[in-house]
Amino acid sequence: MTTQPDEAVIDCRNLWKIFGRRADEAMKAVQEQGLGKLEVRDRFDCVVGVQDATFTVGRGEIFCIMGLSGSGKSTLIRHVNRLIEPTSGQLFIEGQDVNQLSAKDLREVRAEKIGMVFQNMALMPHRTVLENVSFSQEVRGHDVRERRENAMRAIDAVDLNGWDQKYPDELSGGMQQRVGLARAIAADPSILLMDEPFSALDPLIRRQLQDKFMSLSAEMKKTTLFITHDLDEAIRIGDRIAIMKDGALVQVGTPEDIVTNPADDYVADFVAGISKLELISAGKIMEPVAAFEQRQGPIDLGSWPEAHPDHSLDDLVNLSITTQHPVVVKADGKPIGIVTKNALLRGIQGHAGDDGSQAI
Amino acid sequence: MAENTNSILDPFSAVDLGLAESADGVKQWAIANRALIQPVKKFFNEMIVGIDTALNAVPPLIMLALLVLIAWQAAGRRVAILVGVSMLALGFLSPNAWGLAMTTLAIVVSAVILCFIIGLPLGVLAGKNDRFEAAMRPVLDTMQTIPAFVYLVPVVMLIGIGNVSGVIVTIIFALPPLIRLTSLGIRGVNASVVEAARAFGASPRQILFKVELPLATPTILAGVNQTIMLSLSMVVIASMISVKGLGNEVLRAMGRLDAGKALVGGLGIVILAIVLDRITQGMGQSGRDRGHRHWWQGGPVGAVLRLAGKN
Repeated sequence: MTTQPDEAVIDCRNLWKIFGRRADEAMKAVQEQGLGKLEVRDRFDCVVGVQDATFTVGRGEIFCIMGLSGSGKSTLIRHVNRLIEPTSGQLFIEGQDVNQLSAKDLREVRAEKIGMVFQNMALMPHRTVLENVSFSQEVRGHDVRERRENAMRAIDAVDLNGWDQKYPDELSGGMQQRVGLARAIAADPSILLMDEPFSALDPLIRRQLQDKFMSLSAEMKKTTLFITHDLDEAIRIGDRIAIMKDGALVQVGTPEDIVTNPADDYVADFVAGISKLELISAGKIMEPVAAFEQRQGPIDLGSWPEAHPDHSLDDLVNLSITTQHPVVVKADGKPIGIVTKNALLRGIQGHAGDDGSQAI
Repeated sequence: MAENTNSILDPFSAVDLGLAESADGVKQWAIANRALIQPVKKFFNEMIVGIDTALNAVPPLIMLALLVLIAWQAAGRRVAILVGVSMLALGFLSPNAWGLAMTTLAIVVSAVILCFIIGLPLGVLAGKNDRFEAAMRPVLDTMQTIPAFVYLVPVVMLIGIGNVSGVIVTIIFALPPLIRLTSLGIRGVNASVVEAARAFGASPRQILFKVELPLATPTILAGVNQTIMLSLSMVVIASMISVKGLGNEVLRAMGRLDAGKALVGGLGIVILAIVLDRITQGMGQSGRDRGHRHWWQGGPVGAVLRLAGKN
């Protein structure tokens, strides 16, 4: 068995999934001739679900996969617990190759190590909330009292006390998805797979559940793979984001990376509408002190507002409106850069420099 | 010349593959293997006679009360009243109607139990496997549409007249809807719920028993209901091979052109059908229709439990 560094809880390497009866032939042709998605469709009548996906998710990290519907993100996430078998490539969970597991071991990994939340809740309508939440422990044959305790703790964690004996159809959509979340965390797995968990909910409830999830997540520190089609959600929740298009990961990076430095036009289009106020830091848009002095002559920094390179544009705006002067950025007490009002305005637009000519 | 054209355009009359004769060979095989068939026949006959004797041993009024209680439990108070009134009417149809009805009920119950034992696994298999479903479909079509008289004779040849043959011909006719509806029920289970069960580590067996069968139950019970109805519709034909009961009354009345007697037998079958239909339909209600109460929380059992709880 291949061993992996402990940091990478989920390690996905060159994963391909091609759907269709002639998938293996198509895979071979892709590897040997480098066929594209359309050629595969025309020549083999196969659909490429995931193209060459490689990424790792570290322990406790929340990794968001963002893409439009049909981009293959739900297919990709299902490889982690092998609900879908890859056509080619490997996927390791804590160093174990998921695709080498026996059926029995796989069931154990699914029940004990991985919790999954589905977009359409997928609760069992014939079971009470409690029975739904304790399902994974029940199939493992755990002691009734133990699984009840764990389930009640999970139900408590999602603020559903008193609802444990109700049936899913007696609950609202938001509550149902909280049951789904409770079911995923009840067995205390190390990995959470969230397949567009909040997409089917109305915006207000979605926001509430995001908050709930983030506070739970901060507490539990579970390694999370989070699928969404909503970039705002990805930026809010994710430590890192992968943008997926036509089955391929177009860009992987921190939210700031993605927004300030989109890899291609597709990503740029996506992030165009995203507010940069919280994402871009002062360090990205400041002009070095020397350059500023060369342009403007000597300056007296005494009365200028001070900021830290990590401060967001939002903070800079708050500093800036109290005075006519530019903001001076200091690190370790020394001034290292200047942010003029023009640079700040350009920064909000996503550009750097006084005239907005520089890329961030 | 005319004969020549005939043989070109009508090759069917000239060729005789001897299908009918070879099918008749079943008879010879049955005679040769009597020793094999008889013990099996004896076992099933004793089962049917046992049920018949048991049903007839219960005094009619107690049986009626039992049926009313079962109906109340399964389908609620209104159906219980309907069942009570129907069974009273059945009893008053003629002095021996009740006993005949119990005999018919015994045949139907035997046939339905055997249908369930055979049909449920086949239905599950058909629900899970497209190829098996495709192979099963023409067989089921045949079973449902082939005239009963066609297989009546071979069955009698194989097994002889009597209850067992009656149950077998009933099963042939009544089994298909149970298989079809079980398959439909399994296929109708929400795929995402099954996927969730897989994602949480359930084995195929656990998925079947904890997810698919419970969710398919209303559809499966609709199949059981159809099987019961079709079983009842076979009792007259079954009585041709010496099966007793209400069907036999109708058959004898036909022979004697006795309209009154035929009416008694016929009405008896209809009433029995209504009673069994209402009870099984009540069982088929989903949890949601019942307002998510467990079966023991309602009906007479619930009433008794509540009383016990108060004391």
